[in-house]
Amino acid sequence: MSEQQVKKPKRPMSKSLIMVRQQLADLYTEAGEAKARGEKIGWAASIFPQEICETLGLVVLYPENHSAGIAARHQADPFLQRAEGELEYNNDICSYAKINLSYIDTRNLEANNMPLPDFMLIANNICNQVTKWYENIGKRYNVPVYMLDMSFNHENFVTDSRLKYIRAQMEDIIASLEKLTGKKFDQDRFREVMEISAENKDLWIKANELQANSPAPLNGFELFNYMSAMVCCRGKRSTTEILKQLISEIEEHIEKGDSTYPGEQKYRVFWEGIACWPHFSHNFKVMKKLGMNIVATAYVRAWALDYIPGDLDSLIKAYTFTPSNNTPIETLVERRSRDLIKFKCDGMIYHLNRSCKVMAMQQAEIQRRLTEITGVPYVSFDGDQSDFRNYSEAQFETRMEAFTEIMDQHKAVREGK
Amino acid sequence: MANLEARLKEVKTIAKSPKAQLKKYLAAGKKVMGCFPMYVPEVIAHAAGMVPMGMWGAQTEQKLSKLYLPAFACPLMQSNMELGLRGTYEGVTAAMIPTMCDTFRCVSQNWKSGVKIPMISFSFPQNRKLQASVEFLETEYEHVKSCIEEILGTKITDEALENSVKIYNEHAKLMMKFAEIVPDHLDVITPTVRHEVMKSAMFVDKAEHIEIMKDIIAGLEARPAFNWTGKRVVLTGITAEPESFLKIFEDNGLAVVADDLGQEMRQYRTLIPDEGKTVMERIARQWNNRYACPLAHDEEFSRGDHLLDLCNKTKATGVVVCLMKFCDPEEYDFPLYNKQLRDAGIPSLSLDIDQQPTNYDQARTRLQAFAEIL
Ligand code: SF4
Ligand code: SF4
Repeated sequence: MSEQQVKKPKRPMSKSLIMVRQQLADLYTEAGEAKARGEKIGWAASIFPQEICETLGLVVLYPENHSAGIAARHQADPFLQRAEGELEYNNDICSYAKINLSYIDTRNLEANNMPLPDFMLIANNICNQVTKWYENIGKRYNVPVYMLDMSFNHENFVTDSRLKYIRAQMEDIIASLEKLTGKKFDQDRFREVMEISAENKDLWIKANELQANSPAPLNGFELFNYMSAMVCCRGKRSTTEILKQLISEIEEHIEKGDSTYPGEQKYRVFWEGIACWPHFSHNFKVMKKLGMNIVATAYVRAWALDYIPGDLDSLIKAYTFTPSNNTPIETLVERRSRDLIKFKCDGMIYHLNRSCKVMAMQQAEIQRRLTEITGVPYVSFDGDQSDFRNYSEAQFETRMEAFTEIMDQHKAVREGK
Repeated sequence: MANLEARLKEVKTIAKSPKAQLKKYLAAGKKVMGCFPMYVPEVIAHAAGMVPMGMWGAQTEQKLSKLYLPAFACPLMQSNMELGLRGTYEGVTAAMIPTMCDTFRCVSQNWKSGVKIPMISFSFPQNRKLQASVEFLETEYEHVKSCIEEILGTKITDEALENSVKIYNEHAKLMMKFAEIVPDHLDVITPTVRHEVMKSAMFVDKAEHIEIMKDIIAGLEARPAFNWTGKRVVLTGITAEPESFLKIFEDNGLAVVADDLGQEMRQYRTLIPDEGKTVMERIARQWNNRYACPLAHDEEFSRGDHLLDLCNKTKATGVVVCLMKFCDPEEYDFPLYNKQLRDAGIPSLSLDIDQQPTNYDQARTRLQAFAEIL
């Protein structure tokens, strides 16, 4: 899972976009400087409880975000080749992992060089592949790997025994990080970080929910731009500033009744899955031509971790239960059906992601259930969040064109025509 | 005591027709528990008087499974879904399904959506060094236990659990013993026969299989050690099937002297330990003691060392990786242990395992070439 930046907006860049880009650049700079000072740098899975690291004052980077950036800038090819060639990784594994395992081997990038990790933080609430990927780094580079096992939830709530088990792991990881880095975990600071994070979460949800307006105030792809703030910096004040700025910009659009989406928004769609970073602009181009705008996604909301500041148990529950990859299908379907209705979606687009088994292997059943509940039609296309080879422009175009017809038919029925 | 030959014939029949075993047990009034890979707590079902039987797919065409899974799901889970949807497992009371990889998480959800056989699901803790993980797994297993009790309308006593633990440990020890003496009897124990012995264990009540194994071991020990002059290899992966795949080894003078396969020795090489306050705790601790498996997070990554150790002990000069197609946990391990093997001068060959009708022509050519360099 992760995010990246949309290329070349035609309008002048919004202030919030300039801010979020600067924030990410600053994070990499800060990491480089910390590394140079001899501080220990971490690499973490995208929905690891950053509150721990932020409280300890540790600089942590996110390989998924980094790989997504490489893919979005069309620099992935040599990394993928090296991973599948010399490094002997199978073509089948997640392309974020392939790019990263290659990057760590060569560390050759023009931009956004990511300092090497002194420790790795696994949180398998997103998937199991991340565990295997980080195990590889741990073994190959002799880096300590800390595992926070969030344990797949079969129930539609977090069982007490899971809570206890995860709490014990959190305590263990905090103690290990204190020992490794010499930093101290301060409870007051922890509470403060939780408060900041909770505020950022609220702002993030608000920014997303404003898309429920008609017309939707943003070109939905743009929200992906702000994910770096939520993935990499959701415990920081700088994110609060960015999101406030973003919301004020969105509200301005709503007031004026306009949108950053160019042209008429004929179809309001829900985007299921990660963005297709290497083909982001193609996706947008095709959808723009057809008048489709993304008004809702489940993916970006995976970082909307809802807990009560100061209440560790509620934080644990949020981390194990917010990502849909870690919940039973009923929960996942219920969340999406709610959003399909709330955001008045005309259709749902499923990205069948070749990299991401956890999101692909039950998609057919999700489609059936959601259509049955909501009646909203859907379309699916083959893609990959960071391997450009697993995508066909022609397929995407044909499917989206055909989909507009289906949505038209549904609309006609709905409007009693 | 039946003789070796008769027992080997018996395991062949069992391995080839699990369906007949299922019918036999059902006819005898037994209840059967379906056991998905890997490491599900069979022993709890056994203590309830059930016969746990493995569900490891089959060579089959995928039709119905396509309604649930994309083409890049591992063939093992495709077949399990296919057979489940088709009704092939009819008669099985319930299926225990863990969630050890990403495909598994989704298959558990697909199963309960489309297959009539009830699912008993649970999660294995992956942070296996903390005491808290044992306690967590105990509660997961208590949940499994209460599901079984509810389905059967019975109570599973600690005494019954203790008894089943004894049986499972005795059985595992016999499997270890068998694996240990195979390299001395490569004239009788061909790769196919070895596999049949291993596989049959999944379709027979373990108490019965103990008797089978005792006879096979006694029969082998009664024979002089055979001086195998051909080449020896170790297999690693999830499964090494079907027979036509193993036949290629035989045709090329390759003996399988040890395995690190999910369907075979990975299951048996770790006993249920003695330590633990309760019998459930002991059962849970077995998971923490498992090693060198891509499905059990391991800080030390011991798989490479384990493979080297197997090669040393059995004088194997090569490792054949039986790679279940699209099995990402296995794929992630490969570069790590392969480097260790290479550094130790042990050649390896990776072959794809599928469960759809495939011809193994390509595997044949590659294995032939591999045999020559060993
Ligand atoms: S497998 Fe999916 S969830 Fe896991 S890192 Fe890759 S894209 Fe993210
Ligand atoms: S571990 Fe491998 S073989 Fe087993 S279900 Fe997962 S992908 Fe399939």
